[in-house]
Amino acid sequence: MSISRPLPHDAAELHVTGQARYVDDIPVPADCLYLAFGLSTVAHGEITGLDLSEVRAAPGVLAVLSAEDFEHMPDCSPSAEDEPLLAVGKVHYVGQPVFLVVAESHLAARKAARLGRVDYRELPAILTIDEAMAAGSRFEAGPVTWSKGDAAKAIAGAARVIEGSIEIGGQEHFYLEGQAALALPQEGGDMIVHSSSQHPSEIQHKVAHALHAPMNAVRVEVRRMGGGFGGKESQGNALAVACAIAAARTGRPCKMRYDRDDDMVITGKRHDFRIDYRVGVEEDGRLRGVEFLQLCRCGWSQDLSLPVADRAMLHADNAYHIPDIRIESHRLKTNTQSATAYRGFGGPQGMLGIERVMDHVAAVLGRDPAEVRRVNFYEEAPGALPPDPRSTSPKKKAEVQSTPYHQPVEDFILHGLMARLEETSGYQARKAEIAKWNASNPVLKRGIALTPVKFGISFTLTHLNQAGALVHVYQDGSIHMNHGGTEMGQGLFRKVAQVAAAGFGVAPEMVKITATDTAKVPNTSATAASSGSDLNGMAVKAACDIIRGRMAAFLAERHQVAAEDVHFEEGRVFVGGADYAFAEVAKMVYEARISLSATGFYKTPKITWDRMNGSGRPFYYFAYGAAVTEVVIDTLTGENRILRTDILHDCGASLNPALDRGQIEGGYVQGAGWLTTEELVWDGKGRLTTHAPSTYKIPACSDRPGIFNVELWDGRNVEDTIYRSKAVGEPPFMLGISAFLALSDAVAACGDGSHYVSLDAPATAERVLAAVNRVRGDV
Amino acid sequence: MSEILFLLNGAPVRIGDAPATRTLLDWLRETRRLTGTKEGCNEGDCGACTVMVTDAEGSRALNACILFLPQLHGKAVRTVEGIAGPDGALHPVQAAMVEHHGSQCGFCTPGFVVSMAVAHLNGEHGHDDALAGNLCRCTGYAPIVRAAEAAADQPVPDWMTADRKALATLAAAETAGAEYRPTSSDELAAWYLAHPEATLIAGATDVGLWVTKSLRDLPEVAFLNGVADLQHIERRGEVFGIGAGVTIEALRKAMVEVHPDFAEMLRRFGSTQVRNAATLGGNIANGSPIGDSPPALIALGAELYLRRGEEMRAIPLEDFFLDYGKQDRKKGEFVAAVTIPASAPALRCYKLSKRFDQDISAVCGCFNITVENGAVTAARIAFGGMAGIPKRASAVEAALIGKPWSEQTVKAALPAFAKDFTPLSDMRASADYRLESARNMLLRYFADLSGAPVRVLEVSA
Repeated sequence: MSISRPLPHDAAELHVTGQARYVDDIPVPADCLYLAFGLSTVAHGEITGLDLSEVRAAPGVLAVLSAEDFEHMPDCSPSAEDEPLLAVGKVHYVGQPVFLVVAESHLAARKAARLGRVDYRELPAILTIDEAMAAGSRFEAGPVTWSKGDAAKAIAGAARVIEGSIEIGGQEHFYLEGQAALALPQEGGDMIVHSSSQHPSEIQHKVAHALHAPMNAVRVEVRRMGGGFGGKESQGNALAVACAIAAARTGRPCKMRYDRDDDMVITGKRHDFRIDYRVGVEEDGRLRGVEFLQLCRCGWSQDLSLPVADRAMLHADNAYHIPDIRIESHRLKTNTQSATAYRGFGGPQGMLGIERVMDHVAAVLGRDPAEVRRVNFYEEAPGALPPDPRSTSPKKKAEVQSTPYHQPVEDFILHGLMARLEETSGYQARKAEIAKWNASNPVLKRGIALTPVKFGISFTLTHLNQAGALVHVYQDGSIHMNHGGTEMGQGLFRKVAQVAAAGFGVAPEMVKITATDTAKVPNTSATAASSGSDLNGMAVKAACDIIRGRMAAFLAERHQVAAEDVHFEEGRVFVGGADYAFAEVAKMVYEARISLSATGFYKTPKITWDRMNGSGRPFYYFAYGAAVTEVVIDTLTGENRILRTDILHDCGASLNPALDRGQIEGGYVQGAGWLTTEELVWDGKGRLTTHAPSTYKIPACSDRPGIFNVELWDGRNVEDTIYRSKAVGEPPFMLGISAFLALSDAVAACGDGSHYVSLDAPATAERVLAAVNRVRGDV
Repeated sequence: MSEILFLLNGAPVRIGDAPATRTLLDWLRETRRLTGTKEGCNEGDCGACTVMVTDAEGSRALNACILFLPQLHGKAVRTVEGIAGPDGALHPVQAAMVEHHGSQCGFCTPGFVVSMAVAHLNGEHGHDDALAGNLCRCTGYAPIVRAAEAAADQPVPDWMTADRKALATLAAAETAGAEYRPTSSDELAAWYLAHPEATLIAGATDVGLWVTKSLRDLPEVAFLNGVADLQHIERRGEVFGIGAGVTIEALRKAMVEVHPDFAEMLRRFGSTQVRNAATLGGNIANGSPIGDSPPALIALGAELYLRRGEEMRAIPLEDFFLDYGKQDRKKGEFVAAVTIPASAPALRCYKLSKRFDQDISAVCGCFNITVENGAVTAARIAFGGMAGIPKRASAVEAALIGKPWSEQTVKAALPAFAKDFTPLSDMRASADYRLESARNMLLRYFADLSGAPVRVLEVSA
């Protein structure tokens, strides 16, 4: 059985030998042209003059396109049709494409793109959350508010009221492979596009629209991306559309890839947030009522900001039952890059809000933060799970507790999971040891934190929760598999191939993994929301089941047995005492004129969601995990290190524990990076000043925890997912919150407890030092 | 254009028509269609383009994106395509990367594999350091380090050592070229006097970005990596003489026993790939206010040797930096060498940056105080990142000299920092933080000399 085996990534050997092809590695015809954008240099302004004569005269330039060259400017938005390919009349952020250079080399295009002269009449720019709030600059008519119970009343009636605020910075995806696309014009105006995209159907849709062609005229292929993390859900549209337009106009293949600095300046990032909170709490730490104000900086266009902000609201509870809660969310429009999807999709920001509340409550009450978390956990639902001897859940009530959006929490496992992690990590003993160590170290201080994750799985836009697959069995028994998911490093193709191999009882090597192709599986959803293996695994299984059913029926008839008595195992097919090689059966079935090709389809059951009222069941299930992180800080400079991390994470019944572990380790480090060294800085003119790895610092090798223990929780999904596994792409990212709150704990050790740390994110050395000064009262 | 001759994955390559500032990366990918070597940032910060370069000194990892073709003349280059054996057999680090799930998206992987193979060849087991210049966004590095550890004890495959032998045959075929590649400092001095507007390129870790990011054309260049007599480190009695062409990595190795804190700061100066290319002379000559070697050298009391034609002059290093972007360097004059004392037990170097490895300093503070009979008799304190130039903290030094070496003295000296420095705010740090952390570095220095633990890098759970 190929399921649950720790097989390597399907392209591992191609990766390590340099043979794995990315878009920029695909051999191109000799007449290929190369594109670059000329970019806006002001944050908000009217274009009053555009002189592109020097651009046109530059060596190697074939064409230059700007607004005047289009009757209808193509749109690149995934949502609101508010992203013209090139600025028309106005620019809305520094870095917005204004003109497009078509040249004979990548370098020639880049050089020419800097020669454009654009005159602007500058308009007032709205750059910050405060400026946007003051100007009422927002998407949607007003804030979105979801409530459960009466938060204000509950807070008023609580023993203590705690208020605070946290700034949460954004995050650059820093996929190692920058955005890239290649368009190859075909006969009759058709177009083939290779794109580094998580969403080939969206590329197809936008390219077809730009070419005024039906979708059937455009075929998009994606073999792999060099990292996506949400940054290639919509941000590749502009390159693909530009290539297709230029290819259609010149009749020559066109390729575009952003130089890293351009990539960081042009494309959207994780949304930054400010979250204000007011909490009513009992002396034992139990929350009575919570009010959250979530201010979300969305940038200049809508992109995916509405569902991102929704998901922040949907994770404002994380793992905690809050009887009365009110969440108000503002989606602010600013003259900056259009913030976009990024691993967690708003969930991390919402979750950090409530985890910050837990930290603040524990500090004010002088209680162990882990204990405060535990008393607020959702109860385990009666009967939903097999009894867990490790469970510390209080006595079960008959009623299932529900989230602020009224979804019953039926699969809660964090009581047992966190108890086991506390034990294996030695949390309590280490906490005591750290306190002792801190007492004798004036300059350096250590800190520790344990934080849980409960993350909702499903697209909140219900219709996206569908997937298709196409499976062929050839007459030699080899299998060709295709589905709508894309491979960005997460190992989706391997997992789905394991599903296909299991379907036919053959070795995984028998299954050919092929590029995602809009001509094979249509109308696909983005590979996003951690949904890849849940959706596509099921679709592939459905296709395999159909073909295997036909094979079984054929043999059953021949051997006069029931179809259920035909078994596919270890590359052979067993029927009524006889057995055949799988390949023999394929040949026989082919010769019997029975189809060995099938499509499969899947849609997630049970989900329903009313986003306007914030009510329903947006999530099929929840994925869980918890992490303990220990850090050390330098109280003179704020410099800090992660010393040790222990993680216990829930992947259900893992399809591939090696790949899942990779997602957990990588997600944790990326999450910790978001909250520590990864700082995006804009200057007063709206220019991003951290636009390259020289200034934007993602974790390096030595930044991973010195001791890094990762274990998978040995459970099964209570819902009927593919082999009872759980999605794993996003949930572990939020385990990085434990690193942030461990820093908060270390800073707290510098004071007497009279001032709360109130650390903002990212907790750079500078912010840690400022917090040290704050808790010491020397501000 | 001159001919450039080097070995590529074991086979000789002769290039006669490339511009002098054509990068190895562009040539590999666009001209040779060897697309295993990736472009991640095009500025030497991510390591996706790492290649192995071998010469008489040995094999090292370099970033191909900021390596110009003429710098490779007479050397051997091995890309990821040449790390597996000629028969396709995986190198031990490749096999370990597969086995330990060290690749996810795979885009950074070729660079990692090359860095790992070079470290494996050179018997280096400090994996965090060998890989500090390779960014991975997927794995969190843990499986990559597990792979490096698993491969460490495997024998070095034959093909990895073949380049050194093959270089001899290449030397025999070497041809002279019109483009300027001096082989001695005398030649360089005479030529530069005649071509004072030329750009001198040593490691190209800075000039490389003028080309790849500023998209500048450099009409006249000279490549200095063949100037052997500028690449020596010599000890003469109590003084070290360091040639301008000495790489930061060679200097680091030479300093480990002599000035361990300087060596540790040089480790964090840049990644392995950057240290292997960057030279001490380049770091001084470009006059950057945030170069890491000048503050340490100034604290050590370094003398700078400048050569112009036949003339050589020596000045205290701090006098070289006149103002932002302005140095005491005449037309046709170049940085030839630096001398530093062989002993400075009280030297401490503190580099403060957002990330520990491969990051530019927000503040770099170097302290060297002499205490005799409990009193400060001499003080040399220099900072990077605090002014438009690397600069001594003269007022702070004055506040310490003649005073007893005590916490009280140190605290009394803190206000003097504001006289010495008016730092800027930028994306690395605010002015206030720079000033505060600079002051606190003096407190740290006092605690450090008294033996208290002050380094987060030395704490383990």
